[in-house]
This record gives sequence, C-alpha cells and structure tokens, in this order.
Amino acid sequence: MMSEKIAVAVDDLTVAYNYKPVLWDIDLSIPEGVLMAIVGPNGAGKSTLIKSILGIIDPIAGSVKIYGKPYSKQRDQVAYVPQKGSVDWDFPTTALDVVMMGTYGALGWIKRPGSKQKKQSLEALEKVGMLAFKNRQISQLSGGQQQRIFLARALVQNAAIYFMDEPFQGVDATTEIAIINILKELRKAGKTVIVVHHDLQTVPEYFDWVTFLNVKHIATGPVKDIFNDDNLTKTYGINYKVAVQQ
Amino acid sequence: MELTDFFTNYTLRTITLGTAVLGAICGMLGSFAVLRKQSLLGDAISHAALPGIAIAFLITSAKDSNILLLGALVSGLIGVFWIRGIITKTHLKTDTALGLILSLFFGFGMLLLTYIQKQPNANQAGLDKYLFGQAATLVESDVRLMLIVTGISLIILLLFWKEFKLLLFDKNYALTLGFNTRFIDGLISFLIVLAIVIGLQTVGVVLMSAMLLAPAAAARQWTNSLGVMVGLAAIFGACSGVFGTAISASQPGLSTGPVIVLVAAVFVTVSFIFSPERGILFKQLRLIRNRRELELKKTLYFMYDIVRKHEDVSRPHAIRILNNFQGFTKNTLSQLAEKDWITIQGQNWSMTSTGFETAANLYNKNLPEP
Repeated sequence: MMSEKIAVAVDDLTVAYNYKPVLWDIDLSIPEGVLMAIVGPNGAGKSTLIKSILGIIDPIAGSVKIYGKPYSKQRDQVAYVPQKGSVDWDFPTTALDVVMMGTYGALGWIKRPGSKQKKQSLEALEKVGMLAFKNRQISQLSGGQQQRIFLARALVQNAAIYFMDEPFQGVDATTEIAIINILKELRKAGKTVIVVHHDLQTVPEYFDWVTFLNVKHIATGPVKDIFNDDNLTKTYGINYKVAVQQ
Repeated sequence: MELTDFFTNYTLRTITLGTAVLGAICGMLGSFAVLRKQSLLGDAISHAALPGIAIAFLITSAKDSNILLLGALVSGLIGVFWIRGIITKTHLKTDTALGLILSLFFGFGMLLLTYIQKQPNANQAGLDKYLFGQAATLVESDVRLMLIVTGISLIILLLFWKEFKLLLFDKNYALTLGFNTRFIDGLISFLIVLAIVIGLQTVGVVLMSAMLLAPAAAARQWTNSLGVMVGLAAIFGACSGVFGTAISASQPGLSTGPVIVLVAAVFVTVSFIFSPERGILFKQLRLIRNRRELELKKTLYFMYDIVRKHEDVSRPHAIRILNNFQGFTKNTLSQLAEKDWITIQGQNWSMTSTGFETAANLYNKNLPEP
C-alpha cells in the first residue's frame, strides 16, 4: 500500500521569532500516502513547521523538498488548510466564493475563474456536505461549517499533499467525523495528509503516522510503532498516561 | 447662488465633477483600506503628504498644483514605507506605527509651512489650503488628473480583482498559491496613496481619511458581496461630493471639504441605523420579535405539557388552568390561535395537530443542518 517515495523532506530546518528558536534543526521525511498527525505541546512549533514548509515563514536555515524539488516549483502538488481563526469571517463573500479561491493558484495572475472552476468548487462543496450553503454569507456559518468550507477550498486544489492546521479545533463531533472520513478517503486515493493535531486520544484511531515535535524533532513513524509512553514523555515532559489516570 | 447656477455655472460644474470623481475613487479604494483593517492608514498617509507639499514649494517656489501633488505623493509613499518598516522590523504594533508616522510627518510639515509663511514670497499665500482643502480652487486640469487617476485605478482594480480579494481575505493562503503578496499589498497601498494625494487640494490633509472610510463603512452595512460593496462605496462617495458641493455653494461661507465629509457622515449614520441586516433599528426589531416569539412558544409548550397527558390531543381545556403560568395573556392566546396552533371556544382552548407537532419539535430545531 505504502510506497517508499518521499513526499516531503525537511532538512536541518531552524526557525526563530525574535532570536528565540521555535524550531531547532528539524530533520523529517514523510513518505507518500500517509495520514500523519503532528503532535506536541503549545508552542512546540507545529503550525510553524507547516508554515515554513509552505514558505509562509522564512527559516533561518535548512531546506524543504516536495517530491525532491523546492516548494516554489511544486505548488500544484500542495494544498493548505489554515487555522480557521486566521481569517476574518465577516469578510463580505459567500461560501462558494471562498471555495473558488482554491482554483486561483492554477489560474495564475489576472485570469478569472469560469464555469469549469465553478463546477469544481460545487463538487468540493458537495463532498464536504455544504452544497446547500453555497450562497450563504460566510459569517452566518457555524464554526464547523467554516472549517468544512476551508477543507473544500483545499480539495478544489486537487493536490497530492494536504497540510492542515488544527482542522478539528472548535468543531462538534459530527463535523469531526465528517472531516476525518474525508481525510481517510484522501489517503485511500494515495494522497499524503499532514495534520496538526491536539487530541492525543484520537491519534491511534484517526492516523497511521505520527510526528512528535517540541521545538526539536522527537520521532516520526507509524503510530503502531512509536505512539508510546516513551515518546509522549519526551514530548510533553510528563508521563502522559500516568497523568491521565490521575 | 441659485439652483439653476448649478447647471449653468462653468466653475461650479467643474468643482462638482471633481468632488464627485474624488468621492467615487475614495469610496472604491477606501473599501480595501477598511477590509484590510487599515482604516487609519489613510489618515497617516494624508498627514505624511504635508511635508512633501512644503518641500516641493521650497524647491520650485511655484504653486503649480501638479508639482506640489508630486511632492505629496513622494512623501506619502515614504510615510507608507516607514510604517511598514516599523511594523516588520520592530515589536511595535500597527496603531503605534501609524500614530508615530502621522504626528512626525505632520509636525514636520507644519514646521515647514510656518517657515514658508514667514518668507517674503507672494506665492506662498494659499499653501495652507492643503490643510483643510479648498474645492473652489479646482480647475479643469485638476479634474482631468482626477479622471485619469480614477480610470487607471479602475482598470487595475478590474484586472487584479481576484488577487485583491484573495489577499484581503487570506494573505497566507494567497502566498501558498504562489501569488506575490508583497506586490499585491504594495499595489493596494499605492492606489490608496494616489487617491489621497489627488484629494488633498479639495478636502485637505486633516479630513482626507474620512473621504476614504465613510463611504466604505456605509456601503459595508448594505451588502455581503465585495463587488457590490466597492460599487456602493463609489456611489456614496460620489453623492457626498455632489451634495456637499451643492450645499456649500448654496450658502456663502460654507467650506466645501468639511461639508462633503459631513454629507458622507450622514450616509454612514443612515446606513448604521436603517440597513436591513446589520442596521441597529432592524436588529433591535428582530430582537423584540424573537423575544415575543419565544414567549409565545413557552406558553405553547406549557399547554403541550397539559395536552400530552391525555389521549385526545384536541380535547378542550379551561383557560383558567393557565392562570398560574406567568407570561400568559389574552393577547398571547389570540396570537396562538392566529398561528393555528390552538383554537378557542368560549372559556376553553384546545390544541390543534399543527400546534402539537410544533410544540413537540420545538427544541429539536437547534440540531445542525446537514
């Protein structure tokens, strides 16, 4: 099922805000076709890792390769779902319009989206169960619905690798299940999905790979091999299972 | 001045056209400033333009408005550049950077202006019109410049519409798609600076930001579409220009710039109160209506509690038994009957099947839609 092809390779990546390192010398390779969680405490640099892979943040040192080439040459292979809270949902636009933004990258400068792009966007809306809301002003959507819109926007990009920044944050159980089912479908289709995740309880159930991160890279591998007390303690600084039992 | 003068008087017609075009471009570009949450940027830029005007005058000793505006453009752009530099290079927040540059440049501009006024040069009289604006000095060439700048802005706006929208909504996402966000950001800032500079002569440094913000803020109230918002803001801005000029021309001693700004403020006030979705008035009305509806449903649910203990739903009950329940009035009953949820026969009421169903599903409605 899983090929040996490396989808994302991070090499010696170091990022700092105001002299304080947020990511320190990260080496990481993610094989094609995995559904991977990035876990770690607050301030561990999980979002920063995704943002530096995507070129939103400039690293101090290190390099990132997507299928062996720099990200700037591989944009069409990658889709991104930012944190829901990173945009102003009172912006005057509709759900369909936001999803259409997923087609802008392939369109390039100046060209306007046409009926083909609209059709793709409607299909993506249907996939996330939001077709009925296509003309809804985005501020009138619930948190879970907004998250689905962001997911649909990434689906429209029809990429090989998906980066998602906390897609389960602030969504209800129904939406969480709907989203994870879509992610599992993506993996079945051979896509690589990388998710910043907070809920350790659901890691074994949702994901097949995991990366432990706390400024430094701690471990990456199949959940069944490395999701254990040892790595959790190294990452969170407490014996996680013991702490939960108390 | 009579109303007929408005159509026959050449000077007035030029001024009116100028203020209308100015209002339109300011409304259009102001929408972007508002949505970028950089409302104060316009204020900082217009104040930052003042030293440029003074320096351009000191160098050329001429009052050619095009040269003075070129000076304003340059120093406005330097202001923007410094503001961005302060935000990215230091820990200071945007509002601090804006406030700092605004007062620094304005202070320097005032210093130069007072220095110029002490000079024995006959030309210097009237340079202070750039402080509060003087629409009466608009001539045909000024209006032509405004039209050209507006036309260019409109073309750029239409060309890069998709990119502008993407950047305003989600800058980081735009970056991952491969768009040069610094270029788009710079382009928007440049257009805003242009609009401000061509408005300085008419409205002045101090009031210029109101021209940018007021039409946009008013337009936002009426629509949830970016395109409609930009269009409406242009119309509101143009109307403010036309009405403001007409009002100031009708009475001697009314300065045009402030009157235009006041007319724009009327647009804002009316929009804040009367717009159907976001307006204060309709919001309050909706709140009152929802409360009434909730009280009605509470009564219905109380009745439902009584009714469901019996096998026959439509069995009549005495109105009397409701008396213990607070919030019940004759009015409530007749409203419930009007909605066809109950029927009233003399001293009795009975629940209809629609009423029963409504009450049974009253609290299921909050489930998420598919």
